[in-house]
Order: sequence, then C-alpha cells, then structure tokens
Amino acid sequence: MSETSGPKPGKSIPGKDFFAKLRAKGFDFFTGVPCSLLAALYPPLEGQSEVPYVEAVREDEAVAQAAGAYMAGKKPVVLMQNSGLGNSLNAIISLNQIYQMPFLLLITWRGFEGRDAPEHLVMGKAMPEILKSIEMPFQVLDPDSVDKQLDAVARDIAARRPAAIIVKEGILS
Amino acid sequence: MTREEAIREVAGVVPQDTVIVASNGHISRVLYSIKDRPQNFYMIGSMGLAPSIALGVCLAQPKRRAAVFDGDGNVLMGMGSLAQIAVRRPSRFAHFCFDNSRHASTGGQRTISDRVDLSAVARAAGYAWAKRTEKLEEVSSLAKEAFSQEGPAFLLIKVAPGGLPKGTARVDLTPEQMTDRLREALAR
Repeated sequence: MSETSGPKPGKSIPGKDFFAKLRAKGFDFFTGVPCSLLAALYPPLEGQSEVPYVEAVREDEAVAQAAGAYMAGKKPVVLMQNSGLGNSLNAIISLNQIYQMPFLLLITWRGFEGRDAPEHLVMGKAMPEILKSIEMPFQVLDPDSVDKQLDAVARDIAARRPAAIIVKEGILS
Repeated sequence: MTREEAIREVAGVVPQDTVIVASNGHISRVLYSIKDRPQNFYMIGSMGLAPSIALGVCLAQPKRRAAVFDGDGNVLMGMGSLAQIAVRRPSRFAHFCFDNSRHASTGGQRTISDRVDLSAVARAAGYAWAKRTEKLEEVSSLAKEAFSQEGPAFLLIKVAPGGLPKGTARVDLTPEQMTDRLREALAR
C-alpha cells in the first residue's frame, strides 16, 4: 500500500484489459484530463459508447462532474495526471470528501523518484504525502494484483470515500 | 433589483422535479431561505463548480431537468465549464447568473463582471440561448423561456450589490444529508 511498494519492473497490463476490469467492477462514468502514462486506456475508452466519457477542460471540473454523476446513480472514475491534483484538490476536499461522494481517482505518477521533466519533480515527490494528508486511500497499480486492488477500491467506495489508484510509467500497455 | 428578489422570481417558476445546484456563498443561503426542497443542492465550497455538478447529473440522467443558481464570481472562475456545457448540450439545462459584480460572501469585494458580459460569453461558447436583463418585471418570463429551451440556456440577471438580509438562514443540513436526499430524489 505504501508508495515504495508496487509493481515488479517490466510487468504491465493492457489498457483494454484494465478498462474491462473497471467496467466489470461497475464503473460507468468516466471523465478527466489525459496523461501520457494513461494513453493505453484511451483507445478502449474512446472507442466505446456504452458509458459516458467526458473530455474535461480542467481536473476540478471532472471531479465536480463525478459528484453530480454519483448523485444520479453512477460509479465515476476521474482520470488525471498528478499535476491535476493541484488543480482539483479543493474540489476533492470541499466537495467529494465532505459530501461523501465517492469516485475512483486514476492518477499518474509523473516525477516518480525524481526522474522526469522539471515541472513534475515537486508534485512527483509530494503526491503520496498530499494524498495521505487528506486521508485519501491510495494504491500503486500492480499488474499482478489488479483484482485485489480494485476490491479494495470497491470497499472504499461502498464506505463513500473517494480512493486513488496511482499509475506509474509503463504499467498500462 | 436585489439579489433576493431575483432569486425569488426564478425559484417561483422552476418546474417541478428540477434539480437546482446553488453555488456556494450567499446564493445557497438565499435559496434555502426562500424555498427548500429535496432536489436543491447547496454548495458550501468548491467555488466555480456548480454547473459542472449539474452537468454530471444531466450526463448520468439525460432526461433530468437541471437549473444552476450561480454568481458572477463563480462563472468567471469556471468559464471553461461554459464551453463544456455548450458542447455536451444537455437538453434541459437552465443556468442563471445572479450578477452583482461582487464577491458578496467575503465582504463585497469587486469582481470584473461589470466589464465582461457573461451572457455574451455563454452565447459565444455555444449555449443554445443566452440573454440578460436588469428588470425585475422581466425575470420570471425570461426564466420560463430559459426553462423551455431544447438546449442549455443562460440567463444573466444584473442585481444590486448588498449583503444578506437580516435573518437569512444558514443551510441547516449536513453535506452528507444533502447528498443523500438528492441521491434519493434522483433514484425516482
């Protein structure tokens, strides 16, 4: 569960398989702003019309759409790069958390271990601490235990807590 | 006209079962004082996001009718959401902006809406219908017109700056109570 644990090097999960698992878990409303680390999820997401996918203009807009969709009976997923955590933090804490409107936050880990472009380094280092400090449960996506991880998310959502899955580079293929 | 008069006029013609998302600050408290109902959702934070919450409802339930009671500070903060709403084109979506050119709930500091016509911004973004008024006697008929549109409608109502009238209630519901009752109303 901690940020130092995580997937074995070289292991990945195809984007279409991960999307199918999310759908099988009942997630039926997708919104967010892309990140290259999530690129493999977009062909299956954009190639279907069974459930809404909204190309959000900002990450906090996506989080607010998730709030509305939850009240209208949906199980939302919000996709974003971790830079978007800064844009959406106020919405997450003053809307979704206090109103108990759960969603799955699928957030990438740019700046992991300081190996990235300069604009990602501060957030890359701070992200786990930020999530901890707002008491948002998170797991680092591990291709070997996706089902278990999604079960844990389902428990958080049933308890009406937004929960995060962090996606490192190369994990979705 | 005062903000309270304008909100009362619009609230008076809201079709039954319409979800109202009221933005944070005074607007929520005024609406709550005038007319509370389970389909009303009062924001206490997350400024600028009322239309996005309402859009989430409409995307999940496309036949649902939604209204947004917004302020000028909020609309200015979330201007990208105007483009999103225009593009998604929810069919029963009426967006009201009670524009006093002030951040009223923080003490009445100026916004820039006296120098930007937010109804023109909504129209340019692609709302199906966008109008503005400064006349109290027009508000209810224009609001009805907004509710009768096939696509997203935006009505800007210019109101006088001013604080809350004495005795305006605080929203006496916990955030999770608001979520629960709207979720229940939307399940029907």
